[in-house]
This record gives sequence, structure tokens and C-alpha cells, in this order.
Amino acid sequence: MVAKFDLNDDSVVVIIGTGAGGGVLANELAQKGVKVVALEAGGRYLPDDYINDEWDSFGQLAWLDARTTSGDWRVAKDFAGLPAWIVKAVGGTTTHWAGASIRFQEHEWKALSTYGAVEGANLLDWPIDAAEMEPWYALAETKLGVTLTEGRAGLPGNNNYKVFEAGAKKLGYKEVHTGRMAINSSDYDERPACQQTGFCFQGCKWGAKWSAAYTDIPRGEATGNLEVREHAHVARILHDDTGKVTGVEYFDKEGNLHLQKARIVSVAGNSFESPRLLLNSASSMFPNGLANSSDQVGRNYMRHTTGSIYGIFDKPVRMWRGTTMAGIVQDEARHDPSRGFVGGYELETLALGLPFMAAFLNPGGWGRGFTTALDHYENMAGMWIVGEDMPQATNRITLSETKDQWGLPVANVHFSDHPNDVAMRNHAYKQGMAIYDAVGATRSFPTPPYPSTHNLGTNRMSERPEDGVCNKWGQTHDIANLFISDGSQFTTGAAENPTLTIVALAIRQADHIAREMAAGNL
Amino acid sequence: MTRVERKGLTRRALLGRAVAAGALAVAGTGFIAAPDAAWAMEVSVITPEQMATLMQMARDIYPHDQVADRFYAVAVKGYDDAAAKDLVDAGIAALNAAAQAQGHADYLSIGWEEDRVKVLQAIEGEVFFQTVRAGLVTGLYNQKDVWPIFGYEGESFSQGGYIDRGFDDIDWL
Repeated sequence: MVAKFDLNDDSVVVIIGTGAGGGVLANELAQKGVKVVALEAGGRYLPDDYINDEWDSFGQLAWLDARTTSGDWRVAKDFAGLPAWIVKAVGGTTTHWAGASIRFQEHEWKALSTYGAVEGANLLDWPIDAAEMEPWYALAETKLGVTLTEGRAGLPGNNNYKVFEAGAKKLGYKEVHTGRMAINSSDYDERPACQQTGFCFQGCKWGAKWSAAYTDIPRGEATGNLEVREHAHVARILHDDTGKVTGVEYFDKEGNLHLQKARIVSVAGNSFESPRLLLNSASSMFPNGLANSSDQVGRNYMRHTTGSIYGIFDKPVRMWRGTTMAGIVQDEARHDPSRGFVGGYELETLALGLPFMAAFLNPGGWGRGFTTALDHYENMAGMWIVGEDMPQATNRITLSETKDQWGLPVANVHFSDHPNDVAMRNHAYKQGMAIYDAVGATRSFPTPPYPSTHNLGTNRMSERPEDGVCNKWGQTHDIANLFISDGSQFTTGAAENPTLTIVALAIRQADHIAREMAAGNL
Repeated sequence: MTRVERKGLTRRALLGRAVAAGALAVAGTGFIAAPDAAWAMEVSVITPEQMATLMQMARDIYPHDQVADRFYAVAVKGYDDAAAKDLVDAGIAALNAAAQAQGHADYLSIGWEEDRVKVLQAIEGEVFFQTVRAGLVTGLYNQKDVWPIFGYEGESFSQGGYIDRGFDDIDWL
């Protein structure tokens, strides 16, 4: 049943990456009868394979190929070779994501118009808006089975949530709930209800959390229109002398180079690998890389303004029990410049196991200040900040001097906080600590951002070709049959976890590509 | 710290001497042992004194008074390796030099943690310190036997998760 396409079949759509963007696009196209070859750099792991042990799972799933870092962000110092914590596997980062599935707020599609010009920021309005996205969001919520949408019940609150909720309500926050989550609160779409096992970041062994790995990918394969090639590391995208892309070169597991011809190519390798691939595909016709006439490929890298807050109490919390991130305060997500910054942030419950708490509590920290916090791990509650960060032209992906195992230049990730990011983070730290203090925390503390999980903006969508890399369909301005299908197409980051929006954009893009193919325009 | 040079002692005798010695003891050319003989470790590449120094360093970097020495021993035993010998030799020499610069005989002879921490602070920018510290993050905290000391329960899938086992059992709010 699973398709097998010839390397010389130039009628296929080649999708690079199989996560929230590529994996969904692959299935949606396959369902419409479009032939797809999806190239995935990682292997295939399913719920039985997932390991409920933080470091072992990290070794199994994380993208560990070389990357380099620069800029004044602390990640460049603490995790110089690991700027992001994302997944290299079929299903991509949907294996590891927490499941938070929230729509952008209406004004966030129009960041420049709403916030006005912000010095040092490269703000822009998206070429699409909330009304345009409404039906696609609805389809995405149905696909993912998002709780607290379409009449689905919310997840039950775990201990970590109960502490968070009690503190938030004491502070007067109103929008406090267990979140709109792509984790089943009851059986849905052949997936069971959440069993409160924890380890959401390590792959859900129950399959209660939506992941492309065991939904869209196998369903696409079942149509006979989708072939997924695992351990296929794409080296470059090729084009002809008319400037249209014609195929991609990739290394297989053994290091053999193959050329897969293509009618259309979609890039969906997350916000480091996607621009890296376009830059590594430079040619005499496109000396600055593919789709880069604007010089915007790799620029405007966003990672959300994050950070965590932990509170220690005089009694046990056992935050690790149950869903990792089912809890949210949305009151601060509004745009309210009186707080000293533009845009807003969400506060979401978060728990780490002891091994990762030790690694992330205060990277590089040591001594009793560090260990007395860990001593009370059992009495600890945790939350995470997700806020809109400012796109900056100088925060960017470039090609590094360092080469990967295939001899290809790796991505260098340069990031420095904008003053708006710093002001927002400090506000969020203060509010988060106040939440815990309100319910009797004996100690609370802010912890620095982890390696990025939300990587956005490096091939951004723009109305005008000179402002970005792709148009409102994710189609590159320069090359009609080259598409961007992941979070790198984000014009701005908004305050919300990005996966739902990536999925909604992928469903919409599939509809567009299939329609344009049928009309003979692609 | 007394070093017992005599060969031919049995392991039991060595451990006995370790008890007599009081503190964490270097108990022979190839052994380091706990004062209560709860555990002992054989070293083959680096010296017992060096291993004792590494263990004290580990405890001073990540001090948890409820965590027994044997867990710290597991966390640093990998340094008894030919590949690590140069790093350990040079690193501990620099550590002891820093201790001497602060008026002590050597690092291990310093009685108060506070004073040892000052010595560690003098070398914390060095590769040796950073290697030992970074290694401890996984070497110490990723020991499954350490987790229960902190109350951490590890995986729960094999027991059906926490849905019927207290995911929401908090009773003090």
C-alpha cells in the first residue's frame, strides 16, 4: 500500500521534514491524490519506542547534529552546540511538543500596525489575518482534537496546575484553565485519553497527545500517495536555468548521495535547517542562496521570550505527575504597552524531571544556592513563559565554518535579546513569582531560557517580496514551485505556542497547492 | 589523610584501617573507602588521593547532605581512566596550588566547606573545574538510585501513569 516513487519521477511533490508543517502537508496532499515524497533526516519511532527517561529519550529523539551559536543570549554560553531542543525523527518536533494549541489573537497578525514601529525591531504585518485563518484553525483543532474547543472537555488539573491556578486566582487572574491542548481528555480519533503519565516531552507512550508520527504520516501512507524516506538528509535543492526548482539531493543512511526529481519542493526542516538548506543551495544563478533576493533568508530569527519560574513550598507538590503543560494564564497575553513592552505573554505550567531540573535550573550554577533548591524538588511547582519576541534583522541563521557529518556547513544561530524581550521577561518573572508567593511559596526563582523549542521566522511571510522570503501561501517570492511549510514562515511570533498555527497553515497550503496543481499553475 | 603504603593487606583490613582513619579515607595504594566501610572503590590509573580530592570537589560543587558518598563516588569514578589522567593530574595540582595560595596545605586538608568553595571559585573558569561540574550534572543527578532521595519517581508508564495514583492528590492548598 505504501507508495514507492522513482528518483526520476518529476511529478512528485518533495517535502523536506515531517513535523507539524511537513508531516501535515504530506498527509493533506496525499489525501487529495497528490503524489508526495517526504524526506526525513531522522528515523521512525512510535509510542512503543519512546523512552520515559529524560536523558535516554534526549539521546533517542533530539536533533544532535552540529550547530554553532553566537550573540549575547545565555544559551550560546551554556549550550553552545545546542541552540534548540527539537526532534530528528519522523513526525519531527510533534513527537516532543507539549501539546499547547492556541490560536493567535486577532491583533497579533498585525504586529506592526498594532504596536507601531519599535526601534531595533523588524516588525511587519502578516499578509493574512484572523478572518482568513479562522476556518483553517477550526480544521487544525479538529485534526488535533484540541481540548476546550468544539465542545471537548478540558484536561483534569494535576498537582502542578492546582498550585498554579490557586496562586493565579489569588492574584486576580481570570483566564486560568488547563489549556487548549492536543492531548485527549477522552478517547478521540483512535487515540486514548491522557493517563497522566508525565513525560509529554519524551513522546507520549499512550498516543494520547497528537503527533504526526502516528496520525498524519501513517494515514498519508495508507493512501498510497505518500512515501516517507527516513534517514534522508537533504544536502541541497537544485534548479534549472529558468530558475525553477527541479529536485533535491540527499544523503541516505550510508552516506550515498541521491537525486530525487520534483515538480514542487516544500521546505519544512524547522527554522534553523530550512534557511540553512536554502543558503547551502546557492548556485551561480542564486549566489546568495535560493529564494534570497531579499536577503531575508535566515534573518528575523525568533524563539519566543521565555524563561521559567519555580516555586518551593513547605509541602509536597510532585509537579512531575501528570500532563507536563496542562495549565495556562492568558490574562497577560494582551497588548498593553502600559506594562513597559509591546505584545504579551502566556504563563503555562511546566514540569521537568530531576535530571533535567539539574541541567536547566541554573546552567553552570553550583554550590548550596543551587543544591538547596534541588533538595526541595518534591515540593516544587513550575511554570514557563511564552511571550512574543521582536524580530530583528541581526538575529539570524548563517552558514558556519563548522561542517556536519556530510561535509555541509552547519547553521550558526545568532541571537541577542531586544530590550522589549528583556522588559517582557522581567515582567513575567515578577508575575510568575507573585503567583507562587500568593499560595505560600517559601522560595521562588526565575530560571533562564532553555535551548529553544519555538524556532520561528527565518523565512518569513511578507506582502512585498523585498520584506520577506515567501508570500501568504508560503510560496517563495522568487521561485514559484518552492514553498516554505514550517514555522520559519512566521512573520511575527505572537504570544502563543506555534504548532497549531503551523498545522493550520499547512492544511491551508495543501489546499492551495492541490488547487494550483489542478489548475495547471504549478 | 593517611596513606597506607603497605602491600599485601586484605581488602577487609584496608577497610578496617579506613574506619580507623576517620574521614573519607585513602586506604591503600589502590583503594579509597568510606569511613564506615559502606563502600570502597578501587582505582588503577589515578591515585587514591586524587580520587578522594575529586569526590570532595563533587560534594562541594553539588552539596546534598542527604546524599551519601557512594553516589558521588559513582559520579566521578570515570576519571580513573588513562584518557583523563592528564586532566586530573594538572587540575588537582592547580586546585592544590590555589588552596596553598589561600594559606592551606592543600584542598583536602581544609576543614570548612566555605573555605573549600573559595578555592574552587579561584579555579571555576578553568577547563578542569568545568569538566568536573558539567559531568556531575548527569553523573550525579541521572543516577536512578539518587532519584528517590529527592522524591522523584521516574517513569510511571509501567504502572499505568498517575491517573489513579495521585496526579491531583495535593491536599494543602
